Formats: sequence, structure tokens, C-alpha cells
Amino acid sequence: MAAPTSRLSTIARRLGQALPALFGVIVVTFLLTRALPGDPAAYFAGPAADAKSIAQIRESLGLDRPLPEQFLLYLKDLARGEMGNSISTGQPVAEELIRRLPASLELTFFALLLSLAIAVPMGVLAATHPGKPIDHICRFIVTAGVSLPTFFTGLALVFVFYYLLGWAPSPLGRLDFAYVSPPTVTGFYVIDALLIGDLETAWAALAQLTLPAITLALFTLAPLARMTRASMLQVLSSEFIRTARAAGLSGATVLGTYAFRNAVLPVITTLGMVFSFTLGANVLVEKVFAWPGIGSYAVEALVVSDYAAVQGFVLSMAVLFVALNLVIDILYTLIDPRIQLDD
Amino acid sequence: MTETTLNAAAGLPEIDERSLGMRIKTQVKHIRYVLTSNPVTLLAFTLFVMIVILGIFGPWIAPYDPLATNASIALQPPSWSHWFGTDQLGRDVLSRVIVATRLDLLISVCAVAISFVAGSVVGSIAGYYGGWFDKISGRFIDTIMAFPLFVLAMGIVAALGNTVENIVYATAIINLPFYARVARAEVNIRRNAGFVQAAKLSGNSDARVLACHIFPNALPPMMVQISLNMGWAILNAAGLSFIGLGVRPPTPEWGIMVAEGANFIVSGEWWMAIFPGAALMLAVFTFNLLGDGLRDIVDPRQRT
Amino acid sequence: MSPDATNFGKTIMEPDKKTSKNLVEVDNLTVEFTTRNGIVQAVSDVSFHIAKGETLGIVGESGSGKSVTSYALMRILEANGMIASGDMVYGGIDLKNASNSTMREIRGREISMIFQNPRAALNPIRKVGKQLEDVMRQHGFATRQNAKAKAIELLKMVRINNPEDRYHSYPHELSGGMCQRIVIAVAIACQPRLLIADEPTTGLDVTTQKAVLDLVGELTKAQGMSTILITHDLGLASAYCDRLIVMEKGRVVESAGAADMFARPAHPYTQKLIRATPRLGADIRDLLPEDAEPRTPSEPKAPAVHPEGQPLLQVTDLVKDFPLKAPVKKLRDMFKTAKAPDDEPTVFRAVDTLNMTIDYGESVGLVGESGCGKSTTSSMVMRLLDPTSGSIVFDGVDIGAMPAKDFATSEYRSKLQMVFQDPTDSLNPRFTARQSIADPLFRLGGPEVRRDADRRVARLADMVGLPKSLLERFPHQLSGGQKARVGIARAIALDPKLLILDEPTAALDVSVQAVVLNLLLDLKDELDMSYLFVSHDLNVVRLLCEKVVVMRGGRIEETGETEALMSNPQTEYTRMLLSAIPHPPEMAA
Repeated sequence: MAAPTSRLSTIARRLGQALPALFGVIVVTFLLTRALPGDPAAYFAGPAADAKSIAQIRESLGLDRPLPEQFLLYLKDLARGEMGNSISTGQPVAEELIRRLPASLELTFFALLLSLAIAVPMGVLAATHPGKPIDHICRFIVTAGVSLPTFFTGLALVFVFYYLLGWAPSPLGRLDFAYVSPPTVTGFYVIDALLIGDLETAWAALAQLTLPAITLALFTLAPLARMTRASMLQVLSSEFIRTARAAGLSGATVLGTYAFRNAVLPVITTLGMVFSFTLGANVLVEKVFAWPGIGSYAVEALVVSDYAAVQGFVLSMAVLFVALNLVIDILYTLIDPRIQLDD
Repeated sequence: MTETTLNAAAGLPEIDERSLGMRIKTQVKHIRYVLTSNPVTLLAFTLFVMIVILGIFGPWIAPYDPLATNASIALQPPSWSHWFGTDQLGRDVLSRVIVATRLDLLISVCAVAISFVAGSVVGSIAGYYGGWFDKISGRFIDTIMAFPLFVLAMGIVAALGNTVENIVYATAIINLPFYARVARAEVNIRRNAGFVQAAKLSGNSDARVLACHIFPNALPPMMVQISLNMGWAILNAAGLSFIGLGVRPPTPEWGIMVAEGANFIVSGEWWMAIFPGAALMLAVFTFNLLGDGLRDIVDPRQRT
Repeated sequence: MSPDATNFGKTIMEPDKKTSKNLVEVDNLTVEFTTRNGIVQAVSDVSFHIAKGETLGIVGESGSGKSVTSYALMRILEANGMIASGDMVYGGIDLKNASNSTMREIRGREISMIFQNPRAALNPIRKVGKQLEDVMRQHGFATRQNAKAKAIELLKMVRINNPEDRYHSYPHELSGGMCQRIVIAVAIACQPRLLIADEPTTGLDVTTQKAVLDLVGELTKAQGMSTILITHDLGLASAYCDRLIVMEKGRVVESAGAADMFARPAHPYTQKLIRATPRLGADIRDLLPEDAEPRTPSEPKAPAVHPEGQPLLQVTDLVKDFPLKAPVKKLRDMFKTAKAPDDEPTVFRAVDTLNMTIDYGESVGLVGESGCGKSTTSSMVMRLLDPTSGSIVFDGVDIGAMPAKDFATSEYRSKLQMVFQDPTDSLNPRFTARQSIADPLFRLGGPEVRRDADRRVARLADMVGLPKSLLERFPHQLSGGQKARVGIARAIALDPKLLILDEPTAALDVSVQAVVLNLLLDLKDELDMSYLFVSHDLNVVRLLCEKVVVMRGGRIEETGETEALMSNPQTEYTRMLLSAIPHPPEMAA
């Protein structure tokens, strides 16, 4: 059986399947800017523009041409990495987004790791003690977590840990003013500081990262813990677990090799959903903690009706999300042997 | 027996009085069982009723005018006369929190209603007939899902214009995929069930099979989805107004109140952000808890 | 493995030979479950023993507690179940009070188990070879170095072809029969002394069933193992077991040697069960208990005048092709749009030039193993599925030419009805029994039928023997037999001419099956219907049908009068089918 090749081809097919999603995302973003009621040129010129500059922008963006042609122009611009200029700063949107992206990614990934580290053991614990107090406690924490508006949790944490207790640094950005940001390698401050052996800066960056990351993690705890619990419960009651127990396999083998590995598959699929939540909540958390990521950039742009910046943000978030989903899909393909039969 | 015959003679549906009464009775009994056996559900249900009452009668319950400013009592911490304190303009935070209930509920109820109706129609048809409609609607849903949903909502409101209606539409659009997918999956697994084939043999048309036989059975998971989504819809709407979209000040709304209070929290005036935030949290919490409870009530297999 | 465990392993390898000649002794075992409605006793006061090398059959219908008994013996009850009282001793070890770690030692090594539904019994994402290794290494029967070789050896032992390749297979890549062989391999991997087989062949074809059970018999005999065979099928149990115990509602009602029990069943329940088991030479009426009240038939319909020389149904050169596509999609892909591969436009021919006739008032059995095309054929005749080619002439009209969609609302729809395989699946969970039965009346009946619906439903309930008090109940509040009656009432609501019975009793207990089969026979005469009985079980088909069609691989293998075909099969395949049916000893009259 030629398992490796068929698995490779499955991965290739998954890559292919991401293309329509990518195309759809571009079309929707394009439509959001061009095909809606109102004058897009006026949108792009910003509220302060006069009639002449609006006309100028209309021409420069090709808005006087038919829609399909505009779309081709849009695609061509995108291919060159061109997303227009921000009206408030005058800077190219694409450059600004790329500069700010590492900050957002650092926060998102750290929060997600934190969430996974808490949610998965919690789900397993709840599933192995169904109906017991520990199960109810987990369920309560999880339901409360998903009910917390992230912007509210963030503020509450700031109030308690910064204002009342003074444990946390001031909620302004990625690094206190007293420190110099480390030379960019990965763009993640904590890792970059560690790479040059600057433990103090790494610690300061981590301290800044902690509260926003906890805020985000609390929110994403619920889907992960719930799914872990549900799938673990389902797997534990399935017949092959009974077979494994009847064959006298040790508790660790039954739970780990047999139950958990099966239960983790649906958890991986929910990761996509969780990423969607996290990237959205990211915007709010960045605003609360003045985090210099692409989310706070978009919020600032929204306030001054800087549409080129907002649309650039929406598109780049969507592209990022498509890429993350692709990674999740490929991960799944690698873990689940049954997947080759699909499609 | 006479009643039944009368109904049948009048050409009424075959659900006669006796069976209807009996079914209502068992239904009530079941609801009571679910509520009493699970105190959490009972709590959620009580909270839900309270929130609805606040939503309907809020303006009459609120002790002060939510918009009346009074600079002399600005930024007062909670006290007996102002339970939740006052804001920077001297407005009563409690009154504003109470009155905001209606707007927040209205936005999410409208959004969820739109996405439920549209999502179940699209999902049911796609799940039952398959074919080109399934492919096209699937692509469409996939495209929506290819965006981080809150970000898409931001983009939609930014493009459509910054109004409350557009918040509703944006929230509805980002909720649509959930209903469409649940409906599609639930309809699809029942498409070839024995009772569906039997219904076809009994002369039901495809549309009737879908509407009268399959869809009612797909409803319980949809109901749970509604309850869970209500909380999420409220969160989204409040999140959008937190970043300055949709509702404008001075309209009382939880998200915008938290945003306004955020500026004061680092200087210790916590009540302006915490109380509306807590109200928001409680509402979402209620709907999430209700989602679990609802499943037990709606699922007929749980009844004995 | 700790030294303690190894020592312990030695002691239990040598059960005390002097004190007892029995490997297992169970005394007054009672098992209780805590449920929403309080404590339920699933097994009450059950005692039995198994001698070394003996095969014991535990026979009972659903809910008799036969499986729970074996789970209790293995101490693998669900979390809400517990052993309330009684003793279980295995080779001098008190299983009831043994520690969990002792039990883990015993499971798999001393006592092991084979389950029904073999595919679900294996870890879906672990190579089958690895699963074998897990068990052997757990009990110290293999080391990391020699585990693979030993696993392949085991695969050879259970007669799996290309064991080296199959070692790397996942369960989904194997057939049901092969999966069951793997499950057997897991169970015998550590040469246990007792093998418990819980409905090991349910869901498998009759020829596969024979192969699997023969293999189990051979392996256990070779290793001197004792076996417990748990089954609902008395015929099967008697063919493979030395001794039988019969359970009913958690209690043992009778215990005797297999031949003895058939010759002289002592308990009324055993007698009823033996009577109800279809067997050669028994008439359908023989299946019912002797003291059964005869059903009061409603006034028989005046036999209609049938057109001379024309069959009710004539199927000519029927063909059905399916486009070949990937097997069942997975849950997570259910949401995603299906991607049909446009390369390889191959088709799978499910039904191949099939010809068949059914006369007025005749019953024809359509028999074959899973995948033979019998269900596809019945769906096409039923006009739920459009044939690729061929004609279906029903009562003189070519209904095959009518698209399935149009047929659904045509006047012929009411004349062709069906009773489905799974009575639970075939009733709308949100419809009461009354609504289900009335549905066809409202949809296909004229205005006067609709006005008269209530009276008609009552009469239908009478005809199928469904108490009227149950009409307002939902399916989940009805028993299997009652649900089957609702399904039959719905099917005959509009006086069909042809009724397709798709394994109508496959999901029912044998005693209920006997009643339902008799009901069907009565109704056929009363309503002057023809039957097309689709089944895998020749023994059941024989009871109801005058003619049998044997299908294999989409084609007709053999057709003939039932008695002639069964006593003198013309093809090798039919002979094989017949010989695979387990034959219980003849019952003393």
C-alpha cells in the first residue's frame, strides 16, 4: 500500500482546496470596497476631501472603469503587494501591516498556547470524571470564560493587577519605555530578546504580554475544553475502548494511546474556529492594552474612516486565517489515517 | 371519541383535542423535570426571564433618566442613591445599564432571527437536495468562514456605513454559517432515514418531507445553536460598539459604556466600565447556560 | 512490569487444580444500574459454572442481561453499574473483590473477550498490528524486539492473507469479517483460558459467520480454552456449544446440555424460544407458542378478479449503475462541499440485467448477502430509485419509465408499499403512532378517506394488533414489536397490492419475529396482497415465501420454488448459503 505518496497527494489537494477560499476572500474584500452603495472614491478620500481630490482618487483607483476591469486592477495591485495608502499617515498600508503583524502574532500564538495548555487537561479531567464536582467546576469556568467580553476582562484584569495590586506593568504596548526593543529576528520580542541573551528585556516583554494573553486565552478556553470533554467522553464510551480494557491494557495506555489520540482529532478541527475567535478578539484586546498590532491599527483607522487601511486589514487577516486553516487541515491529514479515503 | 370524530368530520388535522392536551401535559411535566433536576438550568431560566423583563420595561424600571447629565455629581462611586455610581457627566450608571438591555437584546435577537431563518432555509435545501445548490451555497458559506468573523463584521459595517441596522446585518451574516451548517448536517443525516423513505411512500412531496418530517427533527440542535449564538451575537454587537462602530454616544449601550469607562479605569474609577461589562457578561452567561438546558427540554428522546 | 506483578502472573497461571474442576464459578450474581428512574436490576441471582475446555452458551433476548453478566465477570461494567451481591471465582481468584490491578492482569491474559460490531471494536487510528503488540507487551508476552514477528504470527493464526502487509492496515481498510479475525487475534494473543464471545457474528453475513465461529472453535480447542458464547440465536448457540443457559429478564430460567435442552425444554420460556426459532421442517404457525390466542382476522376481502396470465409485477433486464466515488465522508467534511473526482468516471453495477416476476397473491423471497444488490433492487421496484435501464411493469403499467419524483404523487404510489428493516429508524421520532399511520391516508387518500381517517386508523391498529391506548405514544415510548406493528399498519393503510418487506424482522427478538411473521401471513390473505420479502436469512424467507430468488453480485444466482430450491439447490453458492445456516437439533415433538 503506497501510503506516503497518497498522503502527500492528499496534502497537495488540501493546498489546492485553499485556493478557492483565498479567491473568495479577495472577491468579498473587493466587493466590500467597490460594489456597495455610496461613492467608493469618497470613502477612500476620507471625510476631509473636497470634490477635486475625490475625482482624482476615482481616476487613480480606476473607479470610473467597469467592475470586472477594476477587479483585475485590484488583483494586479495585490500581486505587487499594493494595498493603497493610508489617508491619515500617508504611508502604504501594506508596509504598515507587515511592520505590525509580529506584535499581533506574538499575542495570538502565546494566548493560544496558554489556552491549549489549560483547556485540554481540563477537558480530559472533566471527561474522566463525568458528573463529579470537578466536571461541574470545569463546566462553570468554561461557560463563564466564553461569556466574558474580552474587552471587559482586559479592563478588569488591568484594574486588579495594575491599579489595585501593582503586579502588572502599565498596559501600554509591548515593552516598557525603559527598555530598548531587541533586534528583529522573529519579530516576537520575547524570543528575540532571548536570542541575544537579554533575559531582563525578555522578562519585561513577557510581563507586558501576560495580561492580554490571559484575556484572550480565557475567551478561547471554552470551545477547546468543551470539545476535548465531549470528544473524550464519546471516545471513552466507544467500543474499541471497551476492547482495550477487556484486553487488560493499562489505564495509561487506554487513556493516552487509545482514547486521547482519537479524541484530539475533533479538537484539532475546532482549532480553526478558535483561531477565528482569537483573531477577532485580538482587535479588542489590542485596543484595551494599546498593543501595537494590526488590530489596533484597524481600530485607529476606523475612527478616522481610513478605508484603505481597514480593507487592507480585513484582507490580510483573512489571508492569515486561510493559511492557518490550511496548516490545521494538513496537521489533521498527517494524524488521521482515514483521511485519505475522503474526496 | 366524539370529539375526535367531530374534528375529523370538520376536516381538521388528525391531532385531536385529547392527544393535544395529553401532549401539552407531558411537555409541561418534562420541562418541570428538566428545570427541577438541574438547578443551573433553573437559574439560567430565571435570569433569562429577568433580562427579558428589563428589556421590555427597562425605561420604566430605571430610577433616573439615563441621558440626564449633572456635572455636580460627576464620577461619584457607588452609593445608596446611585447604586452603580455616576459617570463623567453625572449620569446614573445603573439607569443606563438597565435601559441599555433593550437595545443590546434587540440587536442580537434581530440578527439571530435573520441568520436562523436564512441559515435553516439554505442549509436544509442544500442538505436535502444536494447538487449545484449545495455546491454554490457551500462555497458561499466557506467564503464567509474564511474570514475571522469579527473582522468580517468590522469590514461589513465599515463598508455599509456606521449604523445600528448595519450592525444587525453584519452580525446576521457572520452567524449565518453556523445555522446553515447545522441545518445542512442535521438534514443530511436524516435524508435517507427510514422514516423519510416511509414518508415518501406515504405520498409526501419532497418539500413536505423536508418541512414536516425532517426539519422538525433537526430543530433541537438548531435551538441549542440559537441559544449559544445569542450570547455570541450580543458579544459581537457590544464589541463593535466598543471599537466605535454602530451605536453612538450618548445612547446607553453596554459596549460603548465599557469603552467610555475604559479611560477612567487606570485612575481607579472602575464602576463606569465594570457594571455595564458585568451586565453584558451576565446576559451572555445566561444564554450560554440556557443552551445546555434547552437541549434537554427540546429533545424528545429525553422524555419518558 | 513490577516484580510483584510477574510473581502474581505465575500464580494465576496455575489455577488451583485440586479444589475445583471448574474454571469459573458464578454464584447468585446480581448486578444493578443506577438510572434516572432509580436502581434497576439488570442481572438477578445468576449462577453458572464453566469447566475447563467447555463451551457454554448464554442465550437470551434483548434486555435479558446476558451481556451484562459477562461484563460483570470481566469487571468492565459502565460507571453506573455495580455488582450488588454474589460471588465470581476464576481458578481460585475472587473476581468480585480482586483489586483493579489484579483485574487488569486477568483481562486479556486469563479471560478475554470478543465483541459484536468488530469494526467499532478496534482503535480506528492505530495499525492493527500495533494493537496486537499493545496487548502482548502489556502482559509480557512479547518484547519490543519480537513483538512485530509475534503479531504477524498471530495474524497468520487467524488466517489472514498477507499478514506482513495486513500488519500495517488500519481497521477501515479491512472487511467486517477480517476485522472480526483481528479482534479474535487480540483476544487470543496471550493464550487466555477463557474466551467470552459477545454476539460475535451479529451483522456479519451467514457465510462469514460460519467461518468466524469455526475459527473460534478450532483455536479454542487447540489451546484447550473454555468459551462463553453469548447470543440471541438459540440455533447458533446449540450448534456450537456443549451446554446452554437461557436467560430472561436478568434471571437464568434453564440450564442444560445443548441437545438435552432442545429435546426436553423444561421451562415455558425456553419452550417458547425454541418454538420461535425458525428451523427446517417447521411451519410458520409452529413458531407461535402453543397456547397463543388465535388472532381474530377481520373480514377477509373478497378476492379481486385478476387479469388472466399477467403477473402483478414483471421486472425485465433491470440494471442499476452507480458512479464510483469515495466511501462515506467523515463528519468534519460533511460541512464542506463535496468534491467529485472528475477523473476515472467508472461506474459500479449494483444490479445487472435482473429478471423477475411476482404473481397476484404470491410471496417471493429475495435472498443474498450484504452488497448483493437486493436492497438496490427493492428500492427500484419501490420506485424510490430510478433504474439505469430495464422495465418494471406493475399491474400492466410500466412504472419504471416514470421518474421516481413523479411516481411519488401518482395513483400507483398507494398500491406499492414497504415495511422497513429498522422499526425505530422508520418512524418519525416526532410523530405519534396515530400520526404515522394516518400520514399516508392524508397524503394519498381522497377527501372521503381523510374524513374517515380516525376510524380507519383505529381499524388498522386493530388489524395489526396494536392496542388503541398506544396510538398517542411516540416511537421512543413503544417496544420494538409495537413499532414494527405501527410500520406495518402504515404500509397497509391504503390497501397496497404489493408490499416489499425489507428484512422486517432483522432488528427484532426471535419471539417477536415469530409473531410479526404470522401477522404478515394473516394480513396477506386478508388483504389479498403480494409480498417481496428481502432478507439475508433463507430460514426466515422459507416460512413466508412460495418462491425464492437468490442474488449474488448484482445478478440472479438461482430462482425456484422455495422447498425445491432448499432441498435441492442447483448452484454451488446456494448450497454454501444453506450449509452455513446453523442447524439446531431437531426438537422432540
